[in-house]
Formats: sequence, structure tokens, C-alpha cells
Amino acid sequence: MEVLMAIMIGIIFMVSIYLMMSRNLLRVAVATLLLSHGVHLLLLTMPGLQRGDAPILSFAADAYTDPLPHALILTAIVISFAVTSLLLVMAYRTYKVHKTDDLEDLRGSADE
Amino acid sequence: MSLLHWAVLSPFLVAILIPFLYKYMKRIHTGWFVLLLPFALFIYFLTFLPVTSSGETILEVLPWVPSLGINFSVYLDGLSLLFVLLITGIGALVVLYSIYYLAKGKERLHNFYVYLLMFMGAMLGVVLSDNLIVVYVFWEVTSIASSLLISYWYSREKSIYGAQKSMYITVFGGLSMLGGFSLLYVITGTFSIRELVANADLIITSGLFLPAMILVLLGAFTKSAQFPFHIWLPDAMEAPTPVSAYLHSATMVKAGIYLVARLTGVFGGTPEWFWIITIAGLTTLLWGSVSAVRQKDLKGILAFSTVSQLGLIMSLLGVGSAAFYFQDGDNALYKTAILAAVFHLINHATFKGSLFMAVGIIDHETGTRDIRKLGGLMTIMPVTATISLVGLASMAGLPPFNGFLSKELFFTGMLNVLDYGIFHLETFGLIIPIVAWVASVFTFLYCLIMFFRTFTGKFDISKLKVKHVHEAPVGMLISPVVLGLLVIIIGLFPGILAYSIIAPAISAILPGILAAGEQFDVHIYHWHGFQPELWMTIGVIILGVLLFLTFRKWENSAFYRGERDLFNYGYDYGYDGLIKGSQWLTRIQMTGRLRDYFIYMCAFIILLMGYTMYRYNLPDIGSLDLSPIPPFMWLIFIVFISSVVVIPFLQNRVAVIVVTGVTGFIVALFFVIFRAPDLALTQLLVETVTVILFMLVFYHLPKLQKEKTAIGIKLVKLLIAGGFGLMMTIISLSAFSLGQEANFPSIAEFFIENSKEEAGGYNVVNVILVDFRGLDTMLEALVVAIATLSVISLIKLRFKGREDV
Repeated sequence: MEVLMAIMIGIIFMVSIYLMMSRNLLRVAVATLLLSHGVHLLLLTMPGLQRGDAPILSFAADAYTDPLPHALILTAIVISFAVTSLLLVMAYRTYKVHKTDDLEDLRGSADE
Repeated sequence: MSLLHWAVLSPFLVAILIPFLYKYMKRIHTGWFVLLLPFALFIYFLTFLPVTSSGETILEVLPWVPSLGINFSVYLDGLSLLFVLLITGIGALVVLYSIYYLAKGKERLHNFYVYLLMFMGAMLGVVLSDNLIVVYVFWEVTSIASSLLISYWYSREKSIYGAQKSMYITVFGGLSMLGGFSLLYVITGTFSIRELVANADLIITSGLFLPAMILVLLGAFTKSAQFPFHIWLPDAMEAPTPVSAYLHSATMVKAGIYLVARLTGVFGGTPEWFWIITIAGLTTLLWGSVSAVRQKDLKGILAFSTVSQLGLIMSLLGVGSAAFYFQDGDNALYKTAILAAVFHLINHATFKGSLFMAVGIIDHETGTRDIRKLGGLMTIMPVTATISLVGLASMAGLPPFNGFLSKELFFTGMLNVLDYGIFHLETFGLIIPIVAWVASVFTFLYCLIMFFRTFTGKFDISKLKVKHVHEAPVGMLISPVVLGLLVIIIGLFPGILAYSIIAPAISAILPGILAAGEQFDVHIYHWHGFQPELWMTIGVIILGVLLFLTFRKWENSAFYRGERDLFNYGYDYGYDGLIKGSQWLTRIQMTGRLRDYFIYMCAFIILLMGYTMYRYNLPDIGSLDLSPIPPFMWLIFIVFISSVVVIPFLQNRVAVIVVTGVTGFIVALFFVIFRAPDLALTQLLVETVTVILFMLVFYHLPKLQKEKTAIGIKLVKLLIAGGFGLMMTIISLSAFSLGQEANFPSIAEFFIENSKEEAGGYNVVNVILVDFRGLDTMLEALVVAIATLSVISLIKLRFKGREDV
């Protein structure tokens, strides 16, 4: 399972990096979202999968999955949500001000 | 901290007070306060004369970064004391002179004296430190102070040019020198000069010997304006004359000489050291003296003359280093060169200092330094004329002044080379005294030009900007007169310096040559009998006078009419090329395209990680303890992967957002499967809000366009993305396998065991977030708050002429 997850993480990263290099702001925003998915799954996979019950003590299980990555991912989900929404609004503002969402057209002048 | 440390730091401390003194004591010229310091320091250091002349040394260590071998250790021996007395003595005279040179109320005196004190402290630090890193730090501070002083009149374009040039050249040398010091540390494991001298054998036999030596010498040569780095010194003459007299003739430019003298004990005795320094010195000597003849600006003549005299001292140190080859005790054959170097160092400071001050007086009173406009000043400025006569006669090497004595010793040192019989000197040795002699002829010639074109001939007031020309005020004359008197006194009674200053300095330059308790025999006298040296001097005088008398014949030659040093073109083209080249390089990489920046970053990360993975073995997947894959997982995987992969191909905005939402919900499903209920809940919630947000924004954004990109760029994008994906797969596998192989106890155990006892919570993840790592969560909330504020302001804030929030 871990190997399969690793391959999947690779594919997520591949697609998100590819999108990141695109010219369209919306695609870049989607790319950051995918990138954070990749990172979350990576954190989840690191200690190994299906090693025990959910880390809730009232289950009284013999083994629990590692709660630390969970805590990390939870934080990361929230932060990445904040970043994505900021990026989206920035895309919106950029389009309002410059009348384009094409990054090629948004380049600064060569000699600033 | 000992008193010596305070002495080194005192100029910096006084510098802090200068702005206040300047501001609140406007009635008194700030220079008077400054003057006290070098004067007090000079007296203080004079008390060490008995110590060093009896062969003793003083070492005071103040640990700075002991773990790296960096200590602020003050080491005082004959050589340091000689320099310290020059720095403080000439410093006091220069400050006194500057009080009259820089008018109160007109000049920005606070800047001037802060820079000057900064320089003085740094220079004391250079010559008193035993630790190379400390030497380096102070060395660079002298470069900075020098640049600041050159650009003191910063509204003049030439000042800026000169300051930049000196900065670039000396800092380039300084950095090379730091490289050399580091190599020395690599060889010996110490930065202490005394320990380096003790380990000289280790250094000379090391493979790094030559690179270390060349790097160190680059520092010394750039600072001491040796050929071809001499070009900064003439342009440094844009500084106020007191600065030229102090930094650019008497002290700072001698820091390179000091370094070479100090490290003779480390590198001396090798043919490389001998030849590099001797050749550099002699070339500088000849080039400087010939160039000086071409100058029409009095300070220009003095600048090139300084270059040439520095070359003279440098070549003497090179020739004298052979003493280490012979290890022959106090043998006059090898020692004379070092003796001449030390003696000429002192003499040069006296006569050149007085000459600079005299030129400053001429400039101050007549408003020009151009010898084509000057003339006949002898009767108008008798005192200045006398000072100049004494200084120039000494520089030209005429008896009974001190310059004659050191010039004779110089000839002796150079002639002695013929008897060495080492380093191929039997073949090339004759060149050395010949070059020395030819250069001396030109030295004599420019001294004649300088004196007769300025003080004799016709005085023509119409060529000058000022209405009346008169002698300088008494205060301005004190310093040059003192130096002029020193020229005469040392010339007549060289014995007063012989055992008090010169002999200890020689023992410091040539450590370990003499047995303990012995002292070098220093005899300096005027009359040697009819030796070759005397004939050489007579030859110099005859030829110099002949050339001067035929001045009219070569006055209009191309040689005399041009005065710009050829090497300046090299600097100017190099400088322009550097600027243009960096602009070009910046333009091709800073494209302003997000895509390009991403390609750079990702390519770099991939290369770095790829190399690391190549160096270390990949994880062995076969031996890992993997969890089984339930059949339904395959379905989820296939749906997930296909929805991820399809995103780049979608052209419809709604489709992109919906598919992205699907991936997010599948991630939530993964969290459910892998026993992370909290994550699943959060992910569901966040994903829902995100999709809504996307929908809101997309309403305002234009339709997606098919991207037309060149096939090459598309390939690069694919390659980078593919490489990155592969790298992440390997990273996640390595992280997983490392966790299994290393078998560290997991931190998770702590949380699982303690969450109930310590925090009273059953959901471990929640307890970690709100209790164990509660502060992190709070700051995370802060991040979200900041993002929220930004979002609000981005939507609400409008700048349309005036602000309306």
C-alpha cells in the first residue's frame, strides 16, 4: 500500500508542477491546491499505513496510528486553505486591475 | 583587555564623540580635540621603545572566537612599534596640518575626522594584531576608510571615480588575502603569525604553499599599489591633501609592505618569494618613476613617486628574504637589503609627508597644482620652498639628507645580489642593480622638474585663479617643518634610530636568524669610500641633470604629453564590461515569467536531490514491511489518479473546478480509510468551502484559453514535472523506509500515553493541537486571520485617485 501511495504522490506532484508552469492564473491556483493534497498524503504515508486504530483512546485498541502526522496535516489543511483563498482573491484582483489572467501578459518590463 | 587593546580601540571610541563635539563645540575647530589622541598615543607607544630595543616583545591575548582560533591578540615587537610610531606620529602632524587646511564652518569636519580616526584605529589594529583574521578585518576597515576619505568631496565626479577604483582594487586584494590566510590555516591549523613562523617548514613543503603565497601577496600588492595594481593610487589624490600625506604615502599604502615584512619569516628563503617580490618591486619602481616624470599635477608626481618608492622598499624586502636561505646570522651581505628597507620606510614617511604638505600649501595658496601654471614661488613662499628643497633633495638621494643614506644602502643591497649565487642569480642577477639605477635616474629627474618648475622661473599671476599669493599661515607650516627637520636630523645622525628602532625591526622581519640575546649590527654612515654605490649616485646625478637640461628637446614628445597610465584603460574596460555583463546575465535569467522561475527552482532541487540519491543507496522496497492493499482500494486509486491526471487537459472552467473538488473529496476518503477521522472531517469541510470559493471567483474570471506553447517548452515542462514527481515518490519511499530501518522510538508513544493523564482528552490528535502544541495552533489561527484580512482588503480596497476603504 505504501508503495502505491508513493507512486500516487509522485503523480500528484507531477501534475501540480506541470500546472504551476501554466500561463493561466486559475490553473496556478488549482496547482497549489493539488500540491497541498500531495504533501498531506506524503505526511500520512511516512509512518506507514493501517498500523492500528484511529488515535482515539476510548477505542482501547492495542495499537493506534501515529497521531503526530495527523496533527501536522490538520494544521496544514487549514493553512493551505488560507493560502488558496488568498491566491484566488489575488487572481481575481489581478484580473480586475490588469484585465488579463495570462501570466505572459503580466510580466514586468525588462529594465525596471 | 589590556591597555594595548584599549589603545587600538581608542580611535574608534573617540570617533563616536566627534559628531557631538562638532555639533556642540562649533567655536573650536574639531581637529583640536582629535589632535590630542594621536599625540597621546604617540607618547604612550614611545614608552615601549626600551622594551623592544632590548629584544623583548609583548603579547596580550583577548579571546574572540577561540573555537575557530580567532583571538584579538596584540603583539608588539620592533616592526609593530616602528609602524605604530609612524601611524601616531605622522597622524598627529597630519591632524595639526588639517586644522589649517580644512576651514572651520565650510567643510564637513565631523565626517572627515570620523573617517580619519576610523582609519587610524584600523591601521593600529593591522600592525598590532598577531591573528591573521583580525589583521584581515582591520585591513578591510582601512580600505573602507580610505575610500570614504577619497570621496570626501563627494560632489566631484573624479573623487567618486577614485574612491570606487581604490575600493574595488584593494577589496579584491583583501579578499584574495583572506583566501591565502585560510589556506595557511588549512596547512598549519593556526591563524597566529608567531605560530605560522614557527611552522614555516610545514608551509614551505606543503602543496598549497604557492597558492597561499600568491593570494596573500595579491592583498599586499594591491594595498601597496604595486605594478599593475598601482593605478588606484594616482586617482586617490582627489582626497584632501592631509589624507594623501597620511594614508596614501605614509601609512596605509605601507600596510602591504608591513604584511610582506611580517610574513618574510613564513615564506622567506624560497626562490618564488624572492623573485615575485623582487620583480614586482623593481617593475613598480621603474614604472612609477618613469610615469612620475610625465605628470603635470604636483600631486600626480608625488603619487607616482610614492608608487615607485613603495616598489623600492618592496624589492628590498624581496632581495633581503634570501637571508632565510643562508641562515647565516648577522651577515651584512644579506642583511643590508632589509636594513635599507626599514630605514627607507622611515625616511620616505618623513620626506614624502613633508612634500605632500608643501604641495597642499601651494594648492591652498595658489589654487592650482599644475606645474605648467606655477613658477617663481621661491621668493613668495620661502619657507615652503625650503621644505620642498629638503624633501626633494632627500628623495633624489642627495647628501647630507636621510634619503641619500637609504639610497646608498639600497644600491648596496641590490649589488650584493651579484654575490648570492642562488636562485639563478648568476644569470639574471645583473638586471636587478641596473633596473634600480635606471629608476633612480628618473627619480632624480622628476625631483628636479618638481622643484624648478614650481619655485623658479617666471611667476605669472594671470594663470592663477587667486589675486594674491603669499606664504601659508604659521600653523600650517609647523607639520611640514617638523618633518623637514626630521629629514635633516636623521640624515646627520642616523645613529639615533639605529639601535632604538631599526635593529629591533630587522630582528622582527628576520625572526630566528640570530641566536637569542644577539642583536643586528646596524651601521649607517655617509662616507663609504669610493665604492660602486657612490659612482652609481654620481652617475644618477649627472644623467638626471643632463636629461633635465635637455627638457626642451623632449617636452613635446608623445611620451611627455600623455600622462594617463596605460593600465587605466584595462581597469575602465574591465569595469564597464563587468557592469554590462551583469546586466546581460540578469536580463536573460530574470524574465518575469512565473514559469521560468519555477523551472529554475525545480531543476535545481531535482539536480540536488538526484545527486544525493545517486550518492546514497535507494531504499530496498522488497525488505520493507508493507501493509496489504484491500481490493476496493484499487478502484479508489484509479478514480483518484485519473481525476488528477485529467485536470491539465480540461478546457472548461467548471469542469476544472469540479474535478479538483473530486480529488479533494477523495483525499478525505483516504483519511477515512487510513483511520484519521479528524482529518477527514476537516478536509470535507475545507474542500466544500474551497469549491464554493472557486465558483465565486471563476464567475469573475475569463474563460480558459487553450495554451499555445512551443513544443520545446512543453517538453521541458513535462521533463521537470515528471522528474519532480519521480523525486517525490522516491522521497516518500525513503522517508518510510528510514522510519522502519532506523527503528527510532516514536514520539507518538508519548502523546498516546500522556494525553489522558496530562490533558484529560481521549482524542489524541485534538489534545496535541489544543494542548501539547497549543501555541502552534494559536499562531496558525493568526496566519488564517492575516490571510482573511488580506482577502478582505484585496476585495474592498480601491485606489482611485484617493483612498476610499
